[in-house]
Amino acid sequence: MANTAIKVNDLVVKRGRRRVLHNFTCSIPAGSVTGLLGPSGSGKTTLMRAIVGVQIVESGEIQVLGRPAGHKDLRSQIGYLTQAPSVYADLTVRENARYFAALYGLGAKVADAAVRDVGLSDAAGQLVANLSGGQRSRASLACAIVSQPRVLVLDEPTVGQDPVLRDELWKRFRDFADQGTTILVSSHVMDEANRCDRLLLIREGRLIADDPPAAVKASAGTDDLDQAFLNLILAGQEAAS
Amino acid sequence: MTLVHTTGRILRQLRHDRRTVALLILVPSLLLTLLYYMFSGPVFDRVALIMLGIFPFLIMFLITSIAMLRERTTGTLERLLTTPLRKTDLLFGYGIAFGVAAAVQAAIVSGVAYWLLGLDTRGSAGFVILIAAANAVLGVALGLLASAFARTEFQAVQFMPVVALPQILLCGLFVAREDMAGWLQAISDVLPLTYSVEALQEVGAHADPTGTMWRDLAIVGGAVILALIAAAGTLRRRTP
Repeated sequence: MANTAIKVNDLVVKRGRRRVLHNFTCSIPAGSVTGLLGPSGSGKTTLMRAIVGVQIVESGEIQVLGRPAGHKDLRSQIGYLTQAPSVYADLTVRENARYFAALYGLGAKVADAAVRDVGLSDAAGQLVANLSGGQRSRASLACAIVSQPRVLVLDEPTVGQDPVLRDELWKRFRDFADQGTTILVSSHVMDEANRCDRLLLIREGRLIADDPPAAVKASAGTDDLDQAFLNLILAGQEAAS
Repeated sequence: MTLVHTTGRILRQLRHDRRTVALLILVPSLLLTLLYYMFSGPVFDRVALIMLGIFPFLIMFLITSIAMLRERTTGTLERLLTTPLRKTDLLFGYGIAFGVAAAVQAAIVSGVAYWLLGLDTRGSAGFVILIAAANAVLGVALGLLASAFARTEFQAVQFMPVVALPQILLCGLFVAREDMAGWLQAISDVLPLTYSVEALQEVGAHADPTGTMWRDLAIVGGAVILALIAAAGTLRRRTP
């Protein structure tokens, strides 16, 4: 396998009294687009938070670009898009992007390019509070990609986007990956899964598949990813009982 | 550098919120006018002078604890903590930005107090504004610290009566500190607002800045630094 960008080993995370991740192990190759798929509440966000180093973990270890997750040196190399848009509603799109760019020591030009990349040039001067939900999450995405990070962790970046834009965003992710960025992207939408190099299927805090989309489909004996997911879950339950 | 950008970002947010800016400027002046019609002559001079210190403290405490809580609940704080931004840059950014806003507020309210309402102090208005601004920064610092213990807006506003009110009750406005019971005086001694009120009273009573005034200002400054460091300590990059 190619260079590994993210390595998760035997990770256990509890939120409240509930165990969200059970001895989770996976590795994510550098320069690839890896899709993290699973139902709501399966632990996708928790895994992403652990990788960017904002989640308190119970045990296990995570290496990102050869350093422990949350290491100081990683802060300039990771871009994180939270599920709910985390931008300042009382600033314009441009002001948001420029502020986040400035945190990495980058100038206004880079920030404006990021706004253009997410297709918000026309709305750049608008307050985020006045944008639609889809525009808001793209404003948030602009702030995540602004530093051209080596690792991009994107929590449901395409929710609420129209199909044309979704297509453009995925092309953009592919461009980033071609330039060497490692992308971990979570999604509910199975047709997006087909555009990933690799899929991590996760359910109730456990990894149930870690393969390229074609291999996932082959091992589940179906061409439909939704069905493949279901088959794998059923197969897992049979094995357990 | 990130400190400068963070300060600028917070001021820009404030600028987009015109109603808040209008409230910041108008409310203290209106309240002071109310005092003007309630009291006259020396009583007004005494109460209004102290109020010039208390308004910025109170208002900035509230604004800051809500602003910081918003950073938490909207996820921007979590995102900021994944960037190279230093925690102290964020907190001092708030301190400076709201301190600047408060200085403008204090200058305007003092202008109203001196020129329109005929406030009379022996010392200069410049020192009154300086102490009022220091008080505002104290409010910011305590607000940042208090917001660490609030999970919701409901909790955050309730820290106002918990943190700010006792300081106002015991600062010497209602009962002169010398006339308080010993244990009340002891509590008053450790509350920072006590010293800024004393500093204001020094400006009211003496034409030139006194040693006591400078000492009091230094104490307030020390309290600000302590509160900001404590706030940085409660700001965790990793959360459950």
